[in-house]
Amino acid sequence: MAFYRPARYQKPFVILLLLALLVLPPALYAWGQAFYIGFATRILIFALAASSLNLVLGFGGMFSLGHAAFFGAGAYVAALCMDNGISDALLAFPLAMTVAGLLALVVGAISLRTRGVYFIMITLAFAQMTYYLFVSARVLGGDDGLPLAGRMTLGGLSLTSDGALFYSALGCLALVMTFLGRLADGRFGRTIQAIRDNEARMEALGYPVFRYRLVCFVLGGALAGLAGALLANLTGLASPNLLQWTQSGTLLVMVIIGGVGYLYGGVIGALVLLCLEEVLVGFTLHWHIGLGLMLIAIVLFAPRGVAALFGKSNG
Amino acid sequence: MAEALLEVRGLSRRFAAVDALKEVDISVDAGEIHALIGPNGAGKTTFIHHVSGALQPDRGSVHFAGRDVTRLSMHQRVAAGMARSYQITNVFLGLSVLDNVALAVQGRPDAGGSFRFWKPVSSEQWLFDEARGYIDQVGLSARVETVAGNLAHGEQRALELAMALATKPQLLLLDEPMAGTGQEESTRMVELIDHLARHVTILLVEHDMDAVFRLADRISVLVDGRLIATGAPEAVRADPDVRRAYLGDHL
Repeated sequence: MAFYRPARYQKPFVILLLLALLVLPPALYAWGQAFYIGFATRILIFALAASSLNLVLGFGGMFSLGHAAFFGAGAYVAALCMDNGISDALLAFPLAMTVAGLLALVVGAISLRTRGVYFIMITLAFAQMTYYLFVSARVLGGDDGLPLAGRMTLGGLSLTSDGALFYSALGCLALVMTFLGRLADGRFGRTIQAIRDNEARMEALGYPVFRYRLVCFVLGGALAGLAGALLANLTGLASPNLLQWTQSGTLLVMVIIGGVGYLYGGVIGALVLLCLEEVLVGFTLHWHIGLGLMLIAIVLFAPRGVAALFGKSNG
Repeated sequence: MAEALLEVRGLSRRFAAVDALKEVDISVDAGEIHALIGPNGAGKTTFIHHVSGALQPDRGSVHFAGRDVTRLSMHQRVAAGMARSYQITNVFLGLSVLDNVALAVQGRPDAGGSFRFWKPVSSEQWLFDEARGYIDQVGLSARVETVAGNLAHGEQRALELAMALATKPQLLLLDEPMAGTGQEESTRMVELIDHLARHVTILLVEHDMDAVFRLADRISVLVDGRLIATGAPEAVRADPDVRRAYLGDHL
């Protein structure tokens, strides 16, 4: 595959989208649909989580089935922070990213010595181990998870209102997407993309492949941790479900729907999947059937993801 | 005699019940073109894999530029000044010629590493300027923007060489650079290798005997994983063991 290049219309499009999102909460209030602010926040958070997986899978070529471990770990760190009196997100979020990143470092340092199916299996195994570890630890609330006493503050600003949390999530996503866009077009991004395409050749060009892969994996884990910490604030609970392998699967489906290796693939995937879910739930309890059919249609008609439908835009 | 640039001693490797390499000693002097020849399956490519670090030997050692590199990984050996080309073309088919070579320049130790997350590569003009220099050297200037997958076979071989050169090697390991090229292309490749040899030491694996005898300062002959002869081209050509191994071949 060619290297990622920002598409020509990407910047104005993203700025327009950002402006639209800025006026979304007041608009929803005005329409009396404030309920949807929480839903929109959820989309932003999953967009962030899916994008972190897209960094690992789409750009780094590492098919990890254990990404939920980092996502969930971030949520638990947020809950533990609240329990221990750290209620400022400026401290708690970096802490969540650090812990998730360290976990990714341990998992990656071992898993990245394997390839292909073995890599998928070993990341899954690590995620399941993390899950059972968290469920069996009484301090972490066992099966019930850890509830948060309330929402955090962001440098003195309370996140209690849905609007404030929406804007924090939007800010985080915008920062992360900017970072990922720069990264993909920079030396590191080229390196991991080339490793994805031909690992042996990169080794023969003198690149320490393992190191670059590991750093990519750790970055992805840390960003997933940030998403987890945000989600814990939204739902008020660090639930063991977040660590489940099905959660890893959901993130994978988002990335695949959106477009593996497209910068905005994770964002588009999260938007499409969560909206589909929301709409289908209104029709039937068996909404998974409808979702499954939709997924088959997307894979058949847009095998490289929705992002690929926008021509070669990489957008 | 000056110390050899590459000194391989007692290199042995077994694959299941087959001795792929058995007690192979080869030394390559700085500045020479050393050709490694032998019938199909003699272990030539396996030998290159062991020298470049893609495979680890069961026994024996590889010294490069006075340093034991036997246990170093491939990327460490490249950083130490060894570059290789592949028998089967191995370039990034989705990337342009320029991006392929720029990637090789970027990977060099003196390029400053690739843990850079913010600055667009397109702003680092020197990477591309330098890449163009190597592309010039192999005669691909007219194809700079072409996607590697759209190049003719011979051009891909040349690109492969440009990428190896971009790592600024002291030693080039060329695994059948003439493989699959036409008469005209291989004539150009011979001239190119001859030209490169002024700046860099070359270990050449090749089946094209005309090319080997035109280029090589010394020749080593590998048969069934064993080294049966090494020396000046004329001496090797006259060697009875070599003639027996190549029975019927046009040596």
